[in-house]
Amino acid sequence: MEAASIAAKPVSRRPGEVVRDLLSRFGLIAFLLAMPVYIAVKDLSSGEGITPLLNLLVLGISNGAIWALIAVGYTLVYGIIELINFAHGDNFMLGTFTAFALFGTLGLTVATGPLGLVAGLLVCMLAAMAVCSTTNVMIERVAYRPLRNAPRLAPLITAVGFSFILQNVGILWFGSSQFSIPNLIESQHVLIDVGGVKVRNGDVLAVAVTVPLVLLLTQFIGRSRIGKAMRATAQDPEAARLMGINVDTTISFTFLLGGLAAGAAAVIYALYQTTLWYFAGFQAGLIAFTAAVMGGIGNLQGAVLGGLIIGVIQNISDDRIAAKWTPAVVFAYLIVIMVFRPQGLLGEETREAG
Amino acid sequence: MALLEVDDIHTYYGNIEALKGVSLTVEEGEIVTLIGSNGAGKSTTLRSISGLTPPREGSIRFDGDDIAGVAPQDIVRKGISQAPEGRHVFPRLTVRENLDMGAYLRRDDHSEDMERVYDLFPRLKERERQKAGTMSGGEQQMLAIGRALMAQPKLLLLDEPSMGIAPILVDRIYETIKQINQQGTTILLVEQSAHHALDASQRGYVLATGQVALADDSDALRQNEDVRKAYLGA
Ligand SMILES: Nc1ncnc2c1ncn2[C@@H]1O[C@H](COP(=O)(O)OP(=O)(O)O)[C@@H](O)[C@H]1O
Ligand SMILES: [Mg+2]
Repeated sequence: MEAASIAAKPVSRRPGEVVRDLLSRFGLIAFLLAMPVYIAVKDLSSGEGITPLLNLLVLGISNGAIWALIAVGYTLVYGIIELINFAHGDNFMLGTFTAFALFGTLGLTVATGPLGLVAGLLVCMLAAMAVCSTTNVMIERVAYRPLRNAPRLAPLITAVGFSFILQNVGILWFGSSQFSIPNLIESQHVLIDVGGVKVRNGDVLAVAVTVPLVLLLTQFIGRSRIGKAMRATAQDPEAARLMGINVDTTISFTFLLGGLAAGAAAVIYALYQTTLWYFAGFQAGLIAFTAAVMGGIGNLQGAVLGGLIIGVIQNISDDRIAAKWTPAVVFAYLIVIMVFRPQGLLGEETREAG
Repeated sequence: MALLEVDDIHTYYGNIEALKGVSLTVEEGEIVTLIGSNGAGKSTTLRSISGLTPPREGSIRFDGDDIAGVAPQDIVRKGISQAPEGRHVFPRLTVRENLDMGAYLRRDDHSEDMERVYDLFPRLKERERQKAGTMSGGEQQMLAIGRALMAQPKLLLLDEPSMGIAPILVDRIYETIKQINQQGTTILLVEQSAHHALDASQRGYVLATGQVALADDSDALRQNEDVRKAYLGA
């Protein structure tokens, strides 16, 4: 009998919790804005103007867009089966290798004309998306599904295992050193220059691919039948089965979507960075996973927000602090955000609490 | 032939045998209840029928087909839906979206069924756009039953619809359960608190440690000395 009333009324809160809640809402926004605002004020008073900061923001946003696309895969998968798919970053790496391999097959060089280049890159992107999503679905089928009722640690360790396996596939494919690839889109070429604020080809590409993809994904998950099945499964898998939802298919589909996003991210990354490495996926994956947690793991918009925030922090830190301190700066931000908002910036209550 | 015939099913959780040969039948149009103390195997019986925990031995025939071992979604498709113990509404979906999920397998327009559910539970209509997780236990129970109805089941499984709900709401919910049955849906009803269940049903089974201990008309069960002591608090 009590259960009914407990669920109905909001629990009264102690003043301390209210302060904490307010701080976590507005304090965090202030905290996130502190560094950019400080730099803006400093630059303005020293006569450098706002341009340097805006340039850092542009870079941050385009870097962040790539993290966001990778983070989507972590967050969707975690949202539905509460598993950190450790192999996701390495799967992304295979996407970058696929794209590079196809540059050769399709004969794409810096000399290729614009029309051929667009068509060729589109093929590369579709191929990378196909490879990453197939790999992702296969990994789930082989290494996670059989362990769905096993202790939590079991699928975690098979995920780590697949991470290493994919890295080794990468080494077998293109060796263990970093290598440069043709700068097909002249990624550093300044396309737009508004009073010193420079937007480069690579920035435009990253944003032009990420924004429509994320919007499409959000609409799809919000509206489509299978999108609704994904949300229902994430919230209560057993109830979802009672609704007639095929939970296995729904989970496979989630891995497919995450793979598609990773494949798209892989092609942008390859064109943007023009340096590839078998280990780059592990690093990128760690950053993207951090972005997903920062934004609120399980929350699509949160993953995007987290990606953008990390991209901006990285670029500001690289430029104004020192590149060697950047990881520490990023994680300092993460820790502060987590302490005041454990569910992440846009994260909702957990399944247990919901 | 009965609508549902459960014949000597044995269901396990790992190595634990939760059902040790349960048999029961439900005729079309009936309300049949399954009572028993905590841990007797009531929920496991319903979970076995729904395909969540398929029995390792025995058979379950529904509407002429053997459904033991059939996937849960195919069992829903055949016409069995369940409002599970503890309600299990989707907390971050709205009331309306929850009802939509109940009709997940149906490709036709289900707006009429939604109206029917809203007629049965006017409270749900008022809360249409509210997130299900923010509602009271009683309202969530109404939603869980309404959601199960959206599948247009021939057989509705209800697991402890009175659990954790204010007594006045329990009366209301039981009125509606009878109404649903009068509108033509066969019901298999699980309860730990047997008063309401025996009132609403025509026949009942008493489950104890994974086996059927008693089976009789509900009136007879209500008079039964053991049942009165164990389940009616008399
Ligand atoms: N998920 C589970 N894992 C292991 N044992 C379980 C699980 N669920 C139920 N059981 C056991 O199965 C038996 C029957 O449980 P249940 O069907 O839930 O009983 P009831 O619904 O009658 O209270 C109990 O002994 C219970 O401990
Ligand atoms: Mg039970």
